[in-house]
Amino acid sequence: MLSRDADSLYWLSRYVERAENTARILDVAYRMASMPISYNDLETNEWESALITAGGVDEFRATYGEATPENVIEFLAFSEANPSSIQNSFDTARQNARSVRSALTSEMWEAINSAWLDLRRYKARKIKVEDLPKFLNLVKEASLRYDGSAMRTMLRNDAYWFSRLGLYIERADNTARVLDVKYHVLLPQDAPVGGGIDYYQWAAILRSVSALVSYQWVYHQNLRPWLVADLLILREEMPRSLAACYGALSRHLDDLSHRYGTSGAAQRQARATHARLTNRNIEDIFQHGLHEFLQDFLADNNRLSLAISNQYLC
Amino acid sequence: MAAQTIFDEMNGHGGQSRDAYRVLQDWLKSVPPQLLEHRREEAELFFRRVGITFAVYGNAEAEERLIPFDIIPRILSGQEWARLSRGLEQRVTALNLFLKDIYNQRDILRAGIIPPELVYLNPYYRPQMQGLNLNSSIYVQVAGIDLVRVDDQDFYVLEDNLRTPSGVSYMLENREVMMRLFPELVGIQRIRPIENYVDELLGTLKSVAPASSPWDPTVVLLTPGSLNSAYYEHSFLADRMGVELVEGRDLFVRDEMVYMRTTEGPKRVDVIYSRIDDDFLDPLVFRPDSGLGVPGLIAAYRAGNVAIANAPGTGVADDKAMYSYVPDMVRFYMGEEPILKNVPTWRCREQEALSYVLDNLHELVVKEVNGSGGYGMLVGPHATKETCENFKARVLANPDNYIAQPTLALSTSPIFTEKGLAPRHVDLRPFVLTGRDGVRLVPGGLTRVALTEGSLVVNSSQGGGTKDTWVLSE
Repeated sequence: MLSRDADSLYWLSRYVERAENTARILDVAYRMASMPISYNDLETNEWESALITAGGVDEFRATYGEATPENVIEFLAFSEANPSSIQNSFDTARQNARSVRSALTSEMWEAINSAWLDLRRYKARKIKVEDLPKFLNLVKEASLRYDGSAMRTMLRNDAYWFSRLGLYIERADNTARVLDVKYHVLLPQDAPVGGGIDYYQWAAILRSVSALVSYQWVYHQNLRPWLVADLLILREEMPRSLAACYGALSRHLDDLSHRYGTSGAAQRQARATHARLTNRNIEDIFQHGLHEFLQDFLADNNRLSLAISNQYLC
Repeated sequence: MAAQTIFDEMNGHGGQSRDAYRVLQDWLKSVPPQLLEHRREEAELFFRRVGITFAVYGNAEAEERLIPFDIIPRILSGQEWARLSRGLEQRVTALNLFLKDIYNQRDILRAGIIPPELVYLNPYYRPQMQGLNLNSSIYVQVAGIDLVRVDDQDFYVLEDNLRTPSGVSYMLENREVMMRLFPELVGIQRIRPIENYVDELLGTLKSVAPASSPWDPTVVLLTPGSLNSAYYEHSFLADRMGVELVEGRDLFVRDEMVYMRTTEGPKRVDVIYSRIDDDFLDPLVFRPDSGLGVPGLIAAYRAGNVAIANAPGTGVADDKAMYSYVPDMVRFYMGEEPILKNVPTWRCREQEALSYVLDNLHELVVKEVNGSGGYGMLVGPHATKETCENFKARVLANPDNYIAQPTLALSTSPIFTEKGLAPRHVDLRPFVLTGRDGVRLVPGGLTRVALTEGSLVVNSSQGGGTKDTWVLSE
């Protein structure tokens, strides 16, 4: 297929996934911020950490200054100055969808187009903080619908694989960042371990990748920070874990190399990262430093994205 | 020539129902108006959801708009179409012969039939095409001929679109919508199908592939990109033909061969269905600032390694000054009388015509020779005195750039409005395909309709709409 079409499919899926992730991050900030004040008397505020997770703190400071709920919502959901705002993500997704329409099924196109039309209606008026959940639901549903139509209607060929690659690269990036931000910003050294604050922080991490209930099913015990990390980094059965993302990335890259009859740097890198994830245990990772591990992972993930791009998309 | 009363395609000159419309009329009488309103809403929803939109230049607000669709079909009888299609085939054949002639022998210029400066000074004349021996001898693979009718008998050609005519996707989508919305009506008529257009287009394009290409040549559709007003159509056609929709940056030329960049490496391209203006095709040859084109494309074309449809330089035959010579072309190249009529045209470059035009501006339609899309034209009877005066100054400043025609009493066809059926002016754009193996036509075309009461401007960029067009079996 045309490299540009593959590139559009890849970014289309990345941006839809990014919009959903940003919606989840905002959702968590909203829940945390509406908790009783005694649970929430930390130095850093939830809206600020939402900003750090989603990225773009510098751009934010330049235009808004203080991280009030209104400012952060505006910036992450609607701002035109923020290329990764939900609104901009859907704009970019739709532009990509439009330029590659013939490679999409009509269900996928309609999912993107109608979500885009729905979301545009929110642009005009200022959203109130209490209306936020409704808006965020709309975003999550749009992403589910897009993903579902892709799964159910696309031919299993290179077009499908490129769109999956975009999704998993974005998802891995998001999960790693959610973990990393919470890890060093929100685990206060002097807070008593096992206290209420920690509990809500770790629960928030799980919620932001929709894994709170899954946690209980996997571990059958109270929240433990190392198990939260274990679930989101190493457990292949957890669909947003780094291991699951890399399982899917290597699989789809192998699909491509079988179809095209050649493989390259992208395949090698994906396989190497996947192996690193499956051959480790969480104690190991903690011992070497969770933050360092996550930083390395983010860099590797970025390198894989570049390798895919060089090998196929330009 | 303008008829006194306006001819209506359903009701003729005065209320007598015309044969082709009889079944439709009976059906319309038998259904409640709410049903039509309901189906109209469904149609709009369908177009919006599928995203059949077009971009309007210079209108940031309505970046993408729907072309309004009217649910009442426009109907032509089998006999009417038989005559039309013969006329269209004849006209497009003559135009192809003309292009081959002026880029090679120039017999028609030497015979003194067409003034040479109209060719050589034409901004669409491409010296790069001179002496180029096209493998297929076909210059215009896809033509859109705009027709209007004024009475029961006559169709007039309003203009020939020989560069990148658009609208065929609407023709096809309109039919699809009508079949979905009105199965009970479609079922009781014998409507000739048009769905094979896309196959015919692909067949035509493959037929002009260079001699060196493989038995199943690789065809691509070249688009300026998703900001272009006709982008929907480009993606629609590429999708239906099953060919890649490429932009200039997807193609490159090496050793005078054209390749596209794919995920599996470079792939050779044999036929380019170009929906880009000539000017932008190749920055090495035409506009150097074009980012849309492919450097080296024309060299590959001249080397006979790729076919471009339509050929560069076809615009010389479709400007409004050359238009007035098309009947002469038919006589000169084919030795036949033209079947389709031309609208009488005053060429403002001729002194006598110019003074007539300036004296009678309020009765005439004045057009720029190279204008399109309804931009830069004056409809005399509908213009204010001030507009006329301003336009007069523009014509005087550059008379060569203008032609004038009488205001035709364009036929009307009923549309569905809130107050019931109401007549509106229509035109018709059939699409004529020409390949090495002959001319192919699907019965019908795109009917455009001026939705504002009394308006004569049917262009979608100026608020026109479209209708499904039915040609009945004989």
